Amino acid sequence: MNAAAKPQAKGQAKTEAAAPERKPVLRVQDLSVHFSDHVGHLFSRTTRTLKAVEGISFELYGGETLGIVGESGSGKSTLARAILGLVKPRRGRVLWMGEDLVQLEEEEMRARRKDIQVVFQDPVASLNPRMTAGDIIAEPLRTFYPHMANLQVQERTRGMMKMVGLLPNQINRYPHEFSGGQCQRISIARSLVLNPKLIICDEPVSALDVSIQAQIVNLLRSLQKKLGLSLIFIAHDLSVVRHISDRILVMYMGRAMELAQRDDLYRKPLHPYTNALIKSVPIPDPDLAHAARRENWLTGDMPSPFNPPPGCVFHTRCPYAVNRCHADIPALRRLEHGDWAACHRAEGLDLSVGDG
Amino acid sequence: MAAEAQKVPAGKPPILRIKDLKVSFDTPDGEVHAVTGLDFELAHGETLAIVGESGSGKSQTAMAIMGLLAENGTASGAAIFDDQDLMQLSQDELNEVRGKEISMIFQDPMTALNPYLTIEKQMIEVIMHHQGLGREEARAHAVEMLRAVRIADPEERIHDYPHQYSGGMRQRVLIAMGLLCEPQLLIADEPTTALDVTVQAQIIHLIAELRQKSSMSIIIITHDLAVVADIADHIIVMYAGQMVERGTARDIFYRPQHPYTQGLLRSVPRLDRVGGTALQAIPGNPPNPVSVPAGCRFRDRCEFAQDACKEDPPLRETDDGRASRCVLEMDREVSR
Repeated sequence: MNAAAKPQAKGQAKTEAAAPERKPVLRVQDLSVHFSDHVGHLFSRTTRTLKAVEGISFELYGGETLGIVGESGSGKSTLARAILGLVKPRRGRVLWMGEDLVQLEEEEMRARRKDIQVVFQDPVASLNPRMTAGDIIAEPLRTFYPHMANLQVQERTRGMMKMVGLLPNQINRYPHEFSGGQCQRISIARSLVLNPKLIICDEPVSALDVSIQAQIVNLLRSLQKKLGLSLIFIAHDLSVVRHISDRILVMYMGRAMELAQRDDLYRKPLHPYTNALIKSVPIPDPDLAHAARRENWLTGDMPSPFNPPPGCVFHTRCPYAVNRCHADIPALRRLEHGDWAACHRAEGLDLSVGDG
Repeated sequence: MAAEAQKVPAGKPPILRIKDLKVSFDTPDGEVHAVTGLDFELAHGETLAIVGESGSGKSQTAMAIMGLLAENGTASGAAIFDDQDLMQLSQDELNEVRGKEISMIFQDPMTALNPYLTIEKQMIEVIMHHQGLGREEARAHAVEMLRAVRIADPEERIHDYPHQYSGGMRQRVLIAMGLLCEPQLLIADEPTTALDVTVQAQIIHLIAELRQKSSMSIIIITHDLAVVADIADHIIVMYAGQMVERGTARDIFYRPQHPYTQGLLRSVPRLDRVGGTALQAIPGNPPNPVSVPAGCRFRDRCEFAQDACKEDPPLRETDDGRASRCVLEMDREVSR
């Protein structure tokens, strides 16, 4: 595939090489999703607006993996649902192969879902317990190709099972007979059965044991290589996502904080929030963990999403905030190496991560 | 850090001794043996981490000690706390010990608080019941504890209901409640698992401070080795209902002996190194708890498995307090 997919990739001039084809399959432009909620009593009722996703733009190339990282309330899952057409955006466009999915009717959108599939977080809860593994994997085939011969469906299902590392003779087993990692393999097989071009993985390994997480991440990587898929990989922290992403989008309170090439982001984050996320991942080494405790870590709590702070939404917790951050909303700006950050002070801060 | 681990006073008997603990559950699929013979000791002021993945028996160990097993569960063995065997106590006697001498913090801060009562009400009840203080004194004590766990404006926020707190604040409230009666032993079952990573860092920081300031003993149960690197004196690694390795935190992280511990360490993604290493998985899946194979339970997933592993491996203990349940003599320096 490409240089950036290898973890050892050393890269200056790799900014241009990172995406295998310079042709976006997906362009998300100024996408905003708002939810409203009524509070108060009968005679003093007011409407509150929650800006779950606010002005998100990015492009995704063929064969590329974009990691989307954010904590709860960051809007990462809402963003995914908006791309999938499961929630109506208030503003913005989702251009899939040049066509705006937001404008499509329900029926037309259903047809596009063949190309765009999704894998959810909880592998056990997201599978129907009354269906066999084989039926779960074959269901999209039967929906989209109702006239396909049984034998052909069976053959394709077994092929999918083999591809994701399941034994074809497990085809008649039920989800409870599989472990969590195996259930996630079933979900992945199901998402691949229609030959999609893009798979959106919403925290696909968060519910799995550490020793199994790596299996699933490595499986997704090899499938992507083999099939030339584009992936959007959503995660709540920056640890696992490093091993699969070409570029990473960091979100906080519905806004984009940083959008950068993977290696740039971990080596020299441009946004203080990205830095805080990196520093928050626990280090499996007593001496280093003890030393890291002394470093500045994020204080305070996330503000109410109904009442976001003025200016930069992160300023209430940012150790580098200055007066300007309290008043002006920073735009997502193009900075060094073609990486993007929404921070007034991005050029002046050196947030480089030391080696060990 | 090495000096800190030695704050345990010499000569004092352990605060908790677990002897041959067995836990099993009667399920529709058959009898499930969740813990199959566990022994360990906890010293005064010591922080012990019990690490294992789902199905390892780590949480059921804590539940059995606290007498909180589900209805279809049975436990045998002994849990000697302060010269009394907790496993022999009646529910009433256990209720007195729980919350006063032993506190427990659970994984999910969303469900562990009563949504219909203010934080004040929930905290004050505990203090008045266990310490016999009056309402005003109890309130002052509660406010002080909230301040200790860094809740801003505790005098104001104590009147709020749980839903007005964020997830991280709720877990801090639960820690404050766990500490209200100055327990001798705090058991924390996955206290950061349901939390965001930045909040998790705050809670670990808080626990690290607590153990420096007080002489309380702590058992922290987690599936994530990395979380306890900074706070554990000793670590027990469990797999499929058994202890597979025991040692100091430095032993476990720098010189792991059991192939499972080594695999677990390799599969933790690291961000503290530029470049990093590729994610290494442990192949295969943990054994089905209903039909655990004979011999070493990790055998099917172990790169070093050999014929000898078909026999049950004994827990080999050495003079330095380490233990490993593996027939291979291994002591591998992990690259740092």
